[in-house]
Amino acid sequence: MAVRLKLVAQTLAVALVAGLLALLVWKLVRGGSHHLKSGQLAPAFTLDRIGGPGHLSLASLRGKTVVLNFWASWCIPCKAEAPLLEAASRRWRARGVVVLGIDSNDFTGDARGFMRRYRLTYPVVHDRDGGRADRYGVSAFPETFFVHRDGRLAGHIPGQIVSQKQLDAGIRKALAS
Amino acid sequence: MRAVALLAAALLFAAPALASDAHPTLAELEPQIMCPVCHTTIDQSDSAIAQRMKDFIRARIAAGDTAKQIKDELVAQFGPAVLASPPKKGFDLLVWVLPLVGVAAGAAMLGLLAWRWSRKRGGAEPLEAADGPLDPELERRLDEELARFEG
Repeated sequence: MAVRLKLVAQTLAVALVAGLLALLVWKLVRGGSHHLKSGQLAPAFTLDRIGGPGHLSLASLRGKTVVLNFWASWCIPCKAEAPLLEAASRRWRARGVVVLGIDSNDFTGDARGFMRRYRLTYPVVHDRDGGRADRYGVSAFPETFFVHRDGRLAGHIPGQIVSQKQLDAGIRKALAS
Repeated sequence: MRAVALLAAALLFAAPALASDAHPTLAELEPQIMCPVCHTTIDQSDSAIAQRMKDFIRARIAAGDTAKQIKDELVAQFGPAVLASPPKKGFDLLVWVLPLVGVAAGAAMLGLLAWRWSRKRGGAEPLEAADGPLDPELERRLDEELARFEG
């Protein structure tokens, strides 16, 4: 009886340790921030819109080339690149290109103020806990991803977009791939 | 009499807590709120968003919001992870319950081991009674040793 009890206790202890190890591995593999590579499918999301009604999902933009821009109103470089994104949105719209802003870790009121100040007309969604930014491996704002019509990543610009030329090159690459 | 004293003590300690919830200070709330990009509480961060969150809390305190109202608004804006302590409901309740379960399980395990150990000692083969008859050979050797010692 005592031997049996000991065996059960040992089995339970081993199972507990194995479970905790599995949890740790799962967290490291799935939860860890890692950069996505070109050619990979862009992680899906559905987020609330800011400055517009309802939600917006990445899947609803399938068939269009998407410029995904992660930003926040408190981020200084985001202010510098906002006019470039707005200009690109207007110029490339007719070619089936959509600029989509993802405001992360930010107050929605501040984001609205930012959009008014920089006269942004492209859609912006709210990534309230920064979960989407983590899924895309964004470690600092801003960061911009280019998504091909079929939903695959065509490239990205880490950090601030410094010129219209740089932004256009990313869009052209996404359109061509 | 003791019950009255206990009630008075409870009220004494409860009153400041209630007052603090109704009229919180920035210093009280800062250690309870996480900075979403630096993963420390905002009192330990000078990041732009932490500063903005402190401004927000200051403004809400000035507007007369309670601690709960301010935290609820921050959760609505940044999600539940903005709270340094997880809420005591749903799945997050496990964070509060599991340590207690662990301590209880550890205590139960220790108790079981102590009980088994004391039982083993109590049930061990008793030594031969000291007043029982001695082996004749042993008795003879003992007499010789004693005689040598006394001589």
